[in-house]
Amino acid sequence: MALDDRKSQFTFVGTSPDRPDGLDKVTGRAKYGADAYAPGMLHGAILRSPHAHARIVKIDTSKAEAHKDVKAVVTRADFAKVPFKPGLEGEFWNVLENVMAGDKALYDGHAVAAVAATSALSARDALKLIDVEYEVLPHVTDVDKAMAPDAPVIREGAADYSVPEGMHPNVVRYHESGHGDVEAGFAEADLVIEDRFVTEATHQGYIEPHACLASLGNDGKGELWCTTQGHWIAQKTCAALLGIETAQLRVSASEIGGGFGGKTTVFIEPVALALSRKANRPVKIVMTRSEVFRATGPTSSASMDVKIGMKKDGTISAAQGVFRLQGGAFPGAPGDLTAMCAFAPYNLTNVKQTGYDVMSNRPKQAAYRAPGAPMAAFAVESVIDEMCNELGLDPVEVRLKNAAHEGTKASFGPRYERIGLVETLEAAKAHPHYSAPLKPGQGRGISCGFWFNHGGETSVSLALSEDGSAQLMVGTPDIGGSRASMALMAAEVLGIPYENIRVTIADTATLGYNDVSHGSRVTYASGLATIKAAHHAVEKLCERAAAKWGIPVDAVKWENGCAVPSGSNAGDFDPMPLADITADMGSTGGPISGHFEATPEGAGVSFGTHIVDAEVDPETGKTSITRYTVIQDAGKAIHPSYVEGQFQGGAAQGIGWALNEEYVYGEDGRLQNSIFLDYRVPVASDLPMIDTVIVEVPNPGHPFGVRGVGETGIVPPLAAIANAVSNAAGVRMRQLPMSPPRILAALKGNG
Amino acid sequence: MVEVHLWSGLRSLTGGQQVVEVQARTTGELLRELVRIHPQLKGPIDAGVSIAVDGRVIATGLTEPIPEGSEVYLMQRLRGG
Amino acid sequence: MSKFHVTTQVNGDEVEFLCDPRETLLDCLRDKLNLTGAKEGCGTGDCGACSVSVDGRLVCSCLMLGVEAEGKTIETVEGLADGEVLHPLQQKFIERAALQCGICTPGILVAAKALLEKNPDPTEEETRYWLAGNLCRCTGYDKIIRAVMETAAEMREAS
Repeated sequence: MALDDRKSQFTFVGTSPDRPDGLDKVTGRAKYGADAYAPGMLHGAILRSPHAHARIVKIDTSKAEAHKDVKAVVTRADFAKVPFKPGLEGEFWNVLENVMAGDKALYDGHAVAAVAATSALSARDALKLIDVEYEVLPHVTDVDKAMAPDAPVIREGAADYSVPEGMHPNVVRYHESGHGDVEAGFAEADLVIEDRFVTEATHQGYIEPHACLASLGNDGKGELWCTTQGHWIAQKTCAALLGIETAQLRVSASEIGGGFGGKTTVFIEPVALALSRKANRPVKIVMTRSEVFRATGPTSSASMDVKIGMKKDGTISAAQGVFRLQGGAFPGAPGDLTAMCAFAPYNLTNVKQTGYDVMSNRPKQAAYRAPGAPMAAFAVESVIDEMCNELGLDPVEVRLKNAAHEGTKASFGPRYERIGLVETLEAAKAHPHYSAPLKPGQGRGISCGFWFNHGGETSVSLALSEDGSAQLMVGTPDIGGSRASMALMAAEVLGIPYENIRVTIADTATLGYNDVSHGSRVTYASGLATIKAAHHAVEKLCERAAAKWGIPVDAVKWENGCAVPSGSNAGDFDPMPLADITADMGSTGGPISGHFEATPEGAGVSFGTHIVDAEVDPETGKTSITRYTVIQDAGKAIHPSYVEGQFQGGAAQGIGWALNEEYVYGEDGRLQNSIFLDYRVPVASDLPMIDTVIVEVPNPGHPFGVRGVGETGIVPPLAAIANAVSNAAGVRMRQLPMSPPRILAALKGNG
Repeated sequence: MVEVHLWSGLRSLTGGQQVVEVQARTTGELLRELVRIHPQLKGPIDAGVSIAVDGRVIATGLTEPIPEGSEVYLMQRLRGG
Repeated sequence: MSKFHVTTQVNGDEVEFLCDPRETLLDCLRDKLNLTGAKEGCGTGDCGACSVSVDGRLVCSCLMLGVEAEGKTIETVEGLADGEVLHPLQQKFIERAALQCGICTPGILVAAKALLEKNPDPTEEETRYWLAGNLCRCTGYDKIIRAVMETAAEMREAS
C-alpha cells in the first residue's frame, strides 16, 4: 500500500484532548450490553453442566416448558447443523459446540439448555425444572496430564495435519520453528541453564459481563445488540449457527466494558437468538460473574521448558524452548504463537522452539492481550535473569548485547523492519528507576516483551456536513478511547478542529466488514483507514475548489483546512476553507464523503521493556510492588494519555497474573473460584503509581508511524515481577502466580 | 524465482525441504505454487498462514506483490487479543 | 409470589415501584426506574460497579434488597451533576483520561464523592484503600487516583 501521505509534523496528533464519549460515561448514560431494553422483551437464562466431562444421556425440558412464565426452551437441536471438521478449520462447529453442548458436556459450566421467560427471576427458576441425565466420564484439566498416555480423550479426531504420529489425541496442533544448530550453540556456551516453568490460566476479568439483546423472526431477519470486540464476527458466527444469511442479521455493538481479547467471539448471543426465534419475542441474556469465569474464554495454562546457553560476555549462543498450552475442550490454544514470540527480542544464531496445543476439560480459551506471549516471556526472561546473576552481568546490558534490531533474522523466521527494542532498553538504562537504590528486602527485575501486531479487514466512512463538520464511521468497538484517536487523525488530515468531528461505531448494516478490535489493530488499521478516507474527501474538496476557481485540480492543494493554489503559476486565490466548500456542496456536485476499505498489511511488530521493584514479606509471603516503570515503543502516540493508559492497564493485569490470579480446579474438575472474592484481581491499594515512557520509533507501515500498543504491555510483567521477587526473596520462582503460600513454600524449601 | 522459507515443522510435508523455490508475483500465487509443488502443504495453508516479504508480515492478503529476489517466509497465521 | 410496594427517594425525586422480595436494589434501579448508570459487575459486592449512596452511606446496591429501600434517600451516578454542570470529579475524570472502557466509572465516581465528603484531604494511601472496593481492569488505577486527589485539592481551594 502506497504511503504517499506520510507525515511527521503534526497539529492535532500527539495531543490529549477530552474523549468524545467522556460525558456519557461519567454521567451513567452510556449504554453498555446490559443497558438495552425492548418492547415485549423476555429474559433468558442458561443451564450449565456441573460436570467436567459427561455424556448427556437425556434432557427433559417438559416441566420448564409448562412453567407459566416460560415462553421458549432451547437445546442443541434448535441450532443449525454445522458439520464437524478437525482443528481450527472447524471453528464454527467449535463455537456451536461451545455455546450449546452436543453429545457431551466438556467442562464445568458448559451450556446444555436455555430458557426465555417473562422475568429474569422466572427464567432462573425455570432452569431448575429442566432434568438432565448425565453419564459422568473421567476428566483432565492439567496440561501435562492431558498429554499423558492414559489421559481421557476429550474428542477423537480433533487433531490437525501438524501433529506428529504417536501423540495423545488431546494434542491437536503442533508447531516447530527456528534456525541454526542449537546443540552446536550449547557446546559453545560457558553457561547453560535449563528450567521448567508453569503458569495457571487467568481471566481477562473485564468488569462488564457478557450481555446481549436479540431479536429473530422465522423470516430469517434479526437484530442483535451485544457487548463485543467485533460485531461483524458476531454477525457471521451467529448467522452460521442459526442457519440464516449473514446480511439478514444486523448487529450493533454496545459500549463495551472491557474485553482484552475475551469478547472476540460469541457465547450467549446465538442462544439468545435461538430463544428469540422460538418465542418470537426479543430476548435479553446477561451473564452472572460466575458464568463469566466458568464459561467464557480464559487464557491457556502452560508448562514450559526453556534452555539457554550464554558466553561469559553475555552473548546468547543458543536458545531452545518447549511450550505446552492447555486451551480447554477445543483446539485453539496459542502454542504456535507462544513459541514464535518466546525468543523474538533477541538476535540469535541458534534457536529452536516447539509449541503444543492441548485440549482438556476446561472452557475454550480465548485471546487475552498478546495471547501466549506473556507465558513465553516469563520462562525465557527468567532464565536470562538467572544467567545474568550467575555470570555477574547487568541484565539491561545483556539484553542490549543480544537485542534484535532492523535486519536481525527473527527467531520466527523473517528479518525485522525498523523496530524499537534497543530504544526501549536504552531508555530503561537511562531511567532514574533503574539506578535508584533498593531498600533491604527489595529486589529489582526487568524484562523485555514482544508481540506481533495485526492489521485486519477494515472499512471506514467519513461524511462532511454543510457547516464544515465531519462525521466518521468506524467499525472497531472503542475499548480504550479510540474514538478520540480516530478524530485526531481525521482532524490532522482535514485541518478542522478535533471537536468538529463526531466518531460513531457503526453497526453491521451501515458499514462494510471490519475485523475485531484485537491484535492491537484499532489505532493502526482503523486509523490508517480514517486517514485514507479523509484524504479521499480532501481530493473531492480540492476538485470543487478547482472548479470554483476555474483551474485544473492538480493546481490545488490542501493546507490547514483550506484549498490553496499549489503554486504561484496556479493563480492568485485566497485560501478556501473547508466550510466554504461544503456550504453549497449540494449544488456543486453533491454530498462530499470519503471512504476506505482494505486489509492494511503493515502493522509491524512491537517491543517493550519493564522495570519492577518488589518487596517480599518473609513472614507472610506477601509481595508488594513498590515501583513500576513501563517503557514501550508506540511508533507514534496519537493520544498520549490513552497510550499511557494502555501501558498502565497491561502492567496492572500482568501484576495480577504474576501474583494472585489463577483458575483453581478441584479434584472433581469443577472451578473452585468463580467470583471476584476468590479470583482476586489487583485493587487500588495493591498497586503503586505506574510510570510510563513512550518511545517513538515510527512504524514504516503507517502514514503517521503508529504501532499498536494494546497488547505488548502485558508481555513483560510476569517475568519482570518474577525476576524482582526472585531477587528479593533469594529464591527462583518458576511457577505463577507467586501467591503468598507459594512464596512461603519456596522460602522454606530454600532452607 | 523466489525462495520461500518454511517453518521447520513443515519439513515433514515437503520431504525434508525447508526452502522451496517458486515462481510467483503475488502472495496468492505463491501459496498456489507451494501447494502445486508440495500438495501436502494444502493442510497448513488452508488452516491459515501469514507471509513475510522482506520482513513485512502480511497476515492474510493474497494480492500483495512479491518483488523478484525478495526474502519470503511462511509463518503460522497470527491471531490477536 | 406477591410483590412489595416500595416508596423511596432517588436523586431528589420521590419514586415508587413494585418488587419481588428477591430483587436487589440494583435490579430495581436498573429495571424498574431506568437508572442504568449503576452496573452489575459481580453481584457479590466485590467489584463496586453498582456503588450508590443510601442515606449518606456508600453501599453496593447488588447487596441490598429493593424492599430495603423503603423510606430511604438514595443517590446514584445520575444525580452527581448539578443540571448541566458536572461534579468536579466527573469533569476531572474526563480531563485526566481516568477512564478507558468506563464500566467502573459510575461506581468509582460515587465512591470517590463519598470519600471527599468524609475526608477532603486524603493521602494517596487513603484514596487507594477507600477505592479498594471498586475494581477497574483497564487503567491500573494510576490516572483514577491522580484525578481524585487533584479534584480534592481543587475543591479545597475553592471552598
